[in-house]
Amino acid sequence: MSAAIELEGVHKHFGVTPIIRGVDLAIEAGTRQALIGPNGAGKSTLFNLITGKYPVSRGRIRLKGEDVTGRRPNEINRRGLSRSFQVTNIFPRLSVFENVRCAVLWSMGYGYAFWRFVDRSREARERTETVLEQLNLTARRDVPAGVLSYAEQRALEIGITIAGGADVILLDEPTSGMSRSETEQVVQLIRQVTAGRTLLMVEHDMSVVFDLADRIAVLVYGQVIAHDTPERIRASAAVQEAYLGVPAHA
Amino acid sequence: MSTPAGATTRPLAVAGARGRWLRGSGVWLLAALVVALLPVVIRTPVAVPVMNQMGIAIVFALSYNMLLGQGGMLSFGHAVYFGLGGFIAAHALNHAGQGTLWLPLPLVPLVGGLGGLLFAALFGSFSTGRSGTVFAMISLGIAELMAASSLIFNEFFGGEEGITANRTKAPLLLGLEFTTDRQVYYLIAFWALVTTALMYAFSRTPVGRMANAVRDNPERAEFVGYSARWVRYVTFCASGFFAGIAGGLFAANYEILTAENMGLNASGSVLLMTYIGGIGYFLGPVLGAIVFTFLQSMLSDYTDVWLLYLGIVFLATVLFVPMGLTGIVVMHGAVWRARRLGRLVLPYLATAAALAVAALGVVGLVEMIHVLVSAPVSRGTRRLFWVLVNVRTVTPWVAFAAIAVAGVLALRWTMPRAGAAFAEASRPGDAR
Repeated sequence: MSAAIELEGVHKHFGVTPIIRGVDLAIEAGTRQALIGPNGAGKSTLFNLITGKYPVSRGRIRLKGEDVTGRRPNEINRRGLSRSFQVTNIFPRLSVFENVRCAVLWSMGYGYAFWRFVDRSREARERTETVLEQLNLTARRDVPAGVLSYAEQRALEIGITIAGGADVILLDEPTSGMSRSETEQVVQLIRQVTAGRTLLMVEHDMSVVFDLADRIAVLVYGQVIAHDTPERIRASAAVQEAYLGVPAHA
Repeated sequence: MSTPAGATTRPLAVAGARGRWLRGSGVWLLAALVVALLPVVIRTPVAVPVMNQMGIAIVFALSYNMLLGQGGMLSFGHAVYFGLGGFIAAHALNHAGQGTLWLPLPLVPLVGGLGGLLFAALFGSFSTGRSGTVFAMISLGIAELMAASSLIFNEFFGGEEGITANRTKAPLLLGLEFTTDRQVYYLIAFWALVTTALMYAFSRTPVGRMANAVRDNPERAEFVGYSARWVRYVTFCASGFFAGIAGGLFAANYEILTAENMGLNASGSVLLMTYIGGIGYFLGPVLGAIVFTFLQSMLSDYTDVWLLYLGIVFLATVLFVPMGLTGIVVMHGAVWRARRLGRLVLPYLATAAALAVAALGVVGLVEMIHVLVSAPVSRGTRRLFWVLVNVRTVTPWVAFAAIAVAGVLALRWTMPRAGAAFAEASRPGDAR
């Protein structure tokens, strides 16, 4: 089984404070996996290292076998990895349609072109419309993204992430701050848009985690203490003690 | 479209879909026709030079808004690319006059554009790494650098006298002569239309759309595959190119360039006119350039402190109508479509009257202060509006202060009512 993401002895410290303390982790291609752990364990930092937002202090990161350590976020994205953010991170003054279209342009080879009209591109429009349909945002396509409701913005956040067709998707707390029914819709959406792709997500809602994940990695104080199937994670005494024993805030 | 949810978001939705009608060729043909007929319709002799100035300002302001409005880059030194383009165009024009270069006048602006592009490519390479304060400070630094360079490189900048050129000595293209202002008007009009269309086209290209995305959220742009720096750089170079064309038009029109043309004042003016017009709209800078140039040329005939009044107009725009003059026009589009513009006439007239009274008082005070500090002690009289006042007596001070206070008080009464009338008229619901 080939690994979509491979971390090898990854360390990260901010000043003298170690946040990630030697993580080895392999995420198999085509699986849906969750990264869980108590607050402050370093989950978001690990995401930021994998996606190139922060440079690693030590260690290597490979994406689909290629070493991407020290690459910039846009270079990593071009190699087929895309992420969402814990705090909604969209283009607030652009329309919903344009938000999604911006995310498909690079993968369709438009680059920095200033000699062709973007509105003439049928493939970009059709791809964008397909994604909007999946997000259930077709009726809101001409609205500036900044005035969408919170749940709609979270859906758009996922839409921007998957629109470019990346085959490795990282979602950072996709259901945070959502009601029960909104969460169910997002889980449906995630299941649909990540079919046949590799998914790694940070999630606090255990029902979502056990619902979606094939495997779960548990991060505690900057180290992966377990990486296994949901059943074994649930049964593991070490995980119970370190994490699940503490009441998870849903 | 008539659902309540759709209706409440309408004003913003219009902003999101703005300028869609600019994609039709009819609008451009109409614009070309209007521009072609303007000097025929307006017969006053002073109008043509002012319109030439407006045309140059339009190109310059539109190029500036590629940075500020579309790319989110606040530059305090955009005149550098205007000025350098202009100097290069002036030198090229001189070579054309001496016969060392075959360059007819209609192509001189293009040389200016290439000059602007060259220096934008150079300075942009290190200034577009970041937006915000860092970018603004670097732009200021480059402007200072060029001001210092103008004193050092005398050969190129011509010292205090600047570089003069003679457009009539350039070789003719298709037998077109440019001896009168009116002939130059058509040259400027041609380039203004072409560059406006090109700048609009740029905003509809992949990199133009991404410029908006980078303006809104550079981090996210990185995570969808784009380098925010490259997007800014390409935008910056394009903007420098069009600023250089404006500089080339300036060289062709005035036949002289001095270091002042690329100084901080010129950079400040383009910021002012763009902002007054409205940075959120493609055509905002066009309106801003027209209004600014008009005020500049009219006011400077009547008062020495015209720049102060332009500053007040700018402050009022920033404080009360941050979306600019175009924003006001667009806001009223919905009211016009609902055929309720008539309801606004009375409250707006009342506000305009109050504003005129307040302006009368303030202008009177400002002019008296100006006379007081600048006129010799023996002379203290000046004609203000329709009366002769002596600034060394108390009466005119009390009178103008009273007028100003009355105007401001009246404004405080009329403005909320005008605002309420607008809110009432723009409320969605039954037409009529």
